[in-house]
Amino acid sequence: MNTTVSGRITHPIDTGQLGEPIVRAQGVEKYFGDNHVLRGIDLEVRQREAVMLIGRSGSGKTTFLRCVNFLEEPTVGSIEIDGLRVDADPLHARSRAHQEQMRQIRTRAGMVFQDFNLFPHMTVIDNCIEAPIRVSNVPRAEAVERAEAYLGKVGLAEKRDEYPARLSGGQKQRVAIARALSMEPKVLLFDEPTSALDPELIGEVLRVMEDLAHEGSTMIVVTHEMHFAREAADRVVFLEEGRIIEEGPPEKMLDNPDDDRTRQFLRRFLVSPHPDES
Amino acid sequence: MTAAAPPAGTQMTILDQVKAAQRRSRISFRFWFIGTWIVLVGALLAALTATGNINLDFIASAGPFIVQGAGITILISVTSIALAVVLALLGALGRLSRNPVINGLASLYVSLVRGTPLLVQIFFVYLALPQLGITLPVIVGGVLALGFNYGAYMTEIFRAGIQAVPRGQREAAQALGMPERLIMIRIVLPQALRIVTPAIGNDFISMIKDSSLVYVLGVQELLWRASTIGRRELASLEALLIAAAIYWVMTIIFSAFQERLERRMARGDR
Repeated sequence: MNTTVSGRITHPIDTGQLGEPIVRAQGVEKYFGDNHVLRGIDLEVRQREAVMLIGRSGSGKTTFLRCVNFLEEPTVGSIEIDGLRVDADPLHARSRAHQEQMRQIRTRAGMVFQDFNLFPHMTVIDNCIEAPIRVSNVPRAEAVERAEAYLGKVGLAEKRDEYPARLSGGQKQRVAIARALSMEPKVLLFDEPTSALDPELIGEVLRVMEDLAHEGSTMIVVTHEMHFAREAADRVVFLEEGRIIEEGPPEKMLDNPDDDRTRQFLRRFLVSPHPDES
Repeated sequence: MTAAAPPAGTQMTILDQVKAAQRRSRISFRFWFIGTWIVLVGALLAALTATGNINLDFIASAGPFIVQGAGITILISVTSIALAVVLALLGALGRLSRNPVINGLASLYVSLVRGTPLLVQIFFVYLALPQLGITLPVIVGGVLALGFNYGAYMTEIFRAGIQAVPRGQREAAQALGMPERLIMIRIVLPQALRIVTPAIGNDFISMIKDSSLVYVLGVQELLWRASTIGRRELASLEALLIAAAIYWVMTIIFSAFQERLERRMARGDR
């Protein structure tokens, strides 16, 4: 039941078919100065699992996601992706060996940012083949073929030669997803991928992400889109003050959570719901 | 006028009228703008000629000799700016380096060169280096002095340009597993270069004029030719007018070129 380049899988996969754990975060803590942002997070994500992180702003969910691929160096703890374990080592953050380890772990995790961060001086296709060619040493022809397949998957095959400036926000974000996929990562990290989008553009991005989830991509998503979480998540994780408060399947977490803090958080969402796009 | 115009064709739509009015106003602006220049410059020249102190024969005979200096001026400017860009790139990377020795070296270069007058630096190459047993061909000496001087100022421009590339660009590249060197070469520098292009253009225009300082070395560029022949023929006024006019024309031509280049580089901007 492996995903192929085209990423097509015949049936949606339910929780019963999740694979082995592929991402493992252990005891992750993060300080910004004296500010204790993450207070010990353990999270295991299994192959083909879609995990959604929810919580208030400032709860640490984005910081945690950025710790998973070491865009932020955790102060304490370790991250393991696909058998490569990297321990937090803030004292030797600049050492060559540690830099190389972080780089290695990043090649296994694709990241999609809130504000896209496409390379503005490169065309869409060049955005998608840059890292495969120069980091993974994929032959150019193969990288192009692969990138075209992923661009097709996000519905933007015909934009391959455009510059990012000529795309809408939703299109940019879909290209960013194709760019992340082009590295064929073991896990996709999404950091509030629809927060910078106009409401009418959110749907197209969520649809792509939903397809990916149903096709069995392993993903960790920081999101405020509760409808999307309900549709696409295998597991919802609620964070507050740098800790995991509660986690479980979406129906349970969104409809009938055990913890008061989760309820309170969700109540705010029900009072002022996001525009329903899915 | 257009397909949307009323059938009779006698009457323009309001949109066409607005467009025509805008076009007229653009043309009229240009007309008066250029006219102002021509009238003022013409009046200045006429006034000078009217004093009877302008030797038109000298202008005709010495003109070609002075104009030939423009080639050397451009040669020196282009070579010096190229040297400056290379030094500035290295300087900027040095100024952003975490290595204290490299950073210190780059900072010292900037501080030293910006803290002393360009003319002193040129004299240094000309008069002080020979005392140390180093004699350079005058053009090489001039280019070195100008390049080093401009390189120091441009270092700060490049540094600011590199820092102006949004942080997210670096992060996106890191997230793709790109190593630092590759991020700098493929992601940061191309964007930084676009940011600093207007500033480099400005520096080049300054360079065309500052290159005149190397006349003290005896390089036979524009100013050297003008001042030499002007003094010999007792026609410094005319000679310097010619030189000034040539500098001016060169900068006008380059400004137009720069404008076009910037427009082309704007392609792909967010």
